[in-house]
Amino acid sequence: MIFRGDEPEQIGLLKKLYPKGNYFMQGDEAIAYGALFAGCRFYAGYPITPASEIAETMARELPKVRGYYIQMEDEIASIAAVIGASWTGFKSMTATSGPGFSLMQENLGYAVFTETPLVLVDVQRSGPSTGQATKGAQGDFFQARWGTHGDHPIIAISPTSVEDSFWETIRAFNLSEKFRIPVVLLADGIIGHTREQIRIPDPEEVEIVYRKLPANEEESKYPFGDVHGDLVPPMPLFGNGYFTHVTGSTHKESGLRDVYTPEVHDRLVRRLHKKLEVHESEIQKWEEYYTEDADILLVSWGVSARPSLGAVIEARKRGIKVGLFVPKTVHPFPGRRIRELSKNVQTILVPEMNLGQMVLEVQRFVREEVPVIGVNKIGGVPLTMEEILKEIESSAERSRHRSAD
Amino acid sequence: MAKEIYTKYKMAKYLRKEALPTALCPGCGGGTVLNAFANAIDQLKIDPRDLVVVSGIGCSAWIASPYFLADTLHTTHGRAIAYATGVKVGLPDKKVVVISGDGDLAGIGGNHLLHAARRNIDITVILVNNFIYGMTGGQVAPTTPFGAVTTTTPYRNVEHPLKIAETVASAGASYVARWTTFHVYQLIESIKKALTVKGFSLVEAISQCPVQFGRRNRMKTPAEMLRWFQKNSVPISKAKTLSPEELEGKIIVGELVNREKPEFTEELNFLIEEVAKQYGLGDKNAD
Repeated sequence: MIFRGDEPEQIGLLKKLYPKGNYFMQGDEAIAYGALFAGCRFYAGYPITPASEIAETMARELPKVRGYYIQMEDEIASIAAVIGASWTGFKSMTATSGPGFSLMQENLGYAVFTETPLVLVDVQRSGPSTGQATKGAQGDFFQARWGTHGDHPIIAISPTSVEDSFWETIRAFNLSEKFRIPVVLLADGIIGHTREQIRIPDPEEVEIVYRKLPANEEESKYPFGDVHGDLVPPMPLFGNGYFTHVTGSTHKESGLRDVYTPEVHDRLVRRLHKKLEVHESEIQKWEEYYTEDADILLVSWGVSARPSLGAVIEARKRGIKVGLFVPKTVHPFPGRRIRELSKNVQTILVPEMNLGQMVLEVQRFVREEVPVIGVNKIGGVPLTMEEILKEIESSAERSRHRSAD
Repeated sequence: MAKEIYTKYKMAKYLRKEALPTALCPGCGGGTVLNAFANAIDQLKIDPRDLVVVSGIGCSAWIASPYFLADTLHTTHGRAIAYATGVKVGLPDKKVVVISGDGDLAGIGGNHLLHAARRNIDITVILVNNFIYGMTGGQVAPTTPFGAVTTTTPYRNVEHPLKIAETVASAGASYVARWTTFHVYQLIESIKKALTVKGFSLVEAISQCPVQFGRRNRMKTPAEMLRWFQKNSVPISKAKTLSPEELEGKIIVGELVNREKPEFTEELNFLIEEVAKQYGLGDKNAD
């Protein structure tokens, strides 16, 4: 299931080009292959470390499956071209890193407001500014959420390994198509450049979602109207004679601009938010390890989730009851589940490669009695299992003292 | 009022009725450009279903979006050509037209303009040059004449204007022409040529803005501005015989470039067919 109506040929081709089995590749490459399996056939980008290998892989592989690669003049142009291509029906993607992500923010807001499906990969690197250009980091947690202006919803996903990058890229495309919203894939430079073994599946094993198209002429007249009651309007693609008007200004259900009526803006922006709220359970995804009886809970994401898991396993061996929660969808944040888990724990530790970003989201959902402590490291070097284990042990020590008092 | 316009005006069939009347000021050259564009489409018998119009931000961006009845993509400030690049790659058989202003396309969007011309992608750009940022209140633009008064150059402009058509021509476009809203018929002919040429084409339409530019530069009425265009225009053939001093402050009108060279989306598709064939696509019995 790749191109609508073109699936058998595409599946045959994917099977031939990338036979199922084990491969050894970088996270960046896995993202590119995930995109190919998800049906992405348009990529526009601008080179930036540590995301360039995604562009290089797409430039090499896309023409083999009749897909289009364009290297644009800058990041702003890249996401603009991706939005343009998406309105012609292409599943489209761009990839960048920190500074490039900043440049894309205005047009990311445009894509949110015009409900344009696309995938924007941010292979996070150390900042601010040029920072340590070649080093990984996890400093764009809030840039993904609040980088563009105005009240807006967003979906952001973060993979934890090379193989995970492949599957989470596919999930990013599916969510984007299903809910007509840009999806940010918050990868990071460390996984992006790490080589690991990954299993490439048969294309038939991959579930592919397509955006909803207008069923008839009448539906095409409301490109931004809730015609099916599920808050997701069918998308009338360009070139089909619908005379669709798409604008980044506040628009009515017909697409025509109306920036003067408060109710029109209110109705549109609230629907966009509600679209995600109502479907939250389909969007959110997380992993839990040893959370059933945990006294200490680790909440960690992306690249930091793996040393965190190592530390949890090691601590368990030493008799400390510790569990791990890994949000795969980082926005909208699965805070409700964390609130449930927090009822039975004494401490929450949040390991991440920044000076404290996701920890703020965790704090919002946890009652005050439970201390939420960040385990933070910057400098371009990932957290180690030992560093996290040390924090677990001192937390366990503190709890012992508290219960002894 | 909208209904009246709709029934009287012959080209009204190309307009989005529910978006009328236009938001353009009385005497704005934008109406002339819209009229010229509609006539060009009509004379070439282009079905508006085969047309995607992309524009940016500002008065001139409104000319065809939302008013022209086609698929219209009204984008962020300066980025129309970059959006149009994605549209053209997705719909290589459609006419993709960008209509926007000088501030939008040559100011903030100057980089995209140059690179689209370099790529020679088959997009037609109608750049409406009114020497001013009109919608934001008459601030200095990259095209404002030296010495002119604007709201951000209240004493006089000490910057030199960008020669848009010449710049795009040297960047590699297939077709470049410049006219003013005084030269309506020539403008229509050039838009028609631009739409039929394969490759990147630019028609610079110098247009009057009596409200934000003229009023502050001793040309209060639209007629005064049009007279200024008439007096100051020099055909390109004559301009070749004049010295730079003699051409100072003049508007050179005519066709600057009309040449054939490989076009981007076509070359991209040739390449894809080549690679795809090599790897087995299209050869369905290969497996």
